[in-house]
Amino acid sequence: MSLMSRLDNDLAFVQNALQLRARRQAVLAANLANADTPNYKARDLDFASALKGAIGGSGGALPLARTSSRHIAGAAASAAAGWGAMKYRAAVQPSLDGNTVDPNVERAHFAENAMHYQFLLERAMSIIRGAKQALEPAR
Amino acid sequence: MSITHVFHIAGTALTAQSMRLNAVASNLANVDSAHASTGEGYRAKQVVFQAIPVAPAAPWAQGVRVTRVIEDPAPPRLVYDPRHPLADARGYVAYPNVDVVEEMVNMISASRSYQTNAEVMSTAKDLMQRTLALLQA
Repeated sequence: MSLMSRLDNDLAFVQNALQLRARRQAVLAANLANADTPNYKARDLDFASALKGAIGGSGGALPLARTSSRHIAGAAASAAAGWGAMKYRAAVQPSLDGNTVDPNVERAHFAENAMHYQFLLERAMSIIRGAKQALEPAR
Repeated sequence: MSITHVFHIAGTALTAQSMRLNAVASNLANVDSAHASTGEGYRAKQVVFQAIPVAPAAPWAQGVRVTRVIEDPAPPRLVYDPRHPLADARGYVAYPNVDVVEEMVNMISASRSYQTNAEVMSTAKDLMQRTLALLQA
């Protein structure tokens, strides 16, 4: 494998993971913003399956239910797009107005997700630094 | 890019919570605005929140919006004070139906939510800056 395609692979993975982390950050921010909205249900991104879907694994695509062997074995669009990997959070103490957001839980996830995002940024930076080092002429 | 959605979401939440704080301030300011029991006086106002997507391409990025302001339908608080200029024939003066305890709770809840969303925005700003710093690697 050439240097460039290896770099490409590494960076593509980091890029996919960063995009999903950013999306999860938005989903968690939405939960926090709607902590007082009646009937709002807290959501979260199933990160593992979304990442599998994004990097082309089998975990992301949803198969169609078939009742006959002659049906087409279709697969839904990648779980990374749209609502696919989005799930409702199991409510610990739902409010009387139908809201299931627990701000403390959401804040913990928000902070955790921000840490993961920063780790991925560091990873991307070290890949770029490594490539630059390799490209520099030997002295 | 999703990090910018975080800014929009937190922004809508800050606006909505500040409108709620405004309603609380208005209710508390008018708690003693007496009016004749026959006429229409001040009524406690409450905001109604609703989740709205901030970008059409990202339905999962839900911000919050105040859809309408409702007036509390509860009857006014009647106080017996025959010497008051606004007293009716039986000597009662009507005061707005503002529940001070409820408003204080509302105020604390709104200010906590405001703080949380301000923190969310500052975290998003941090992540955005770090992402931009990737160009300097």
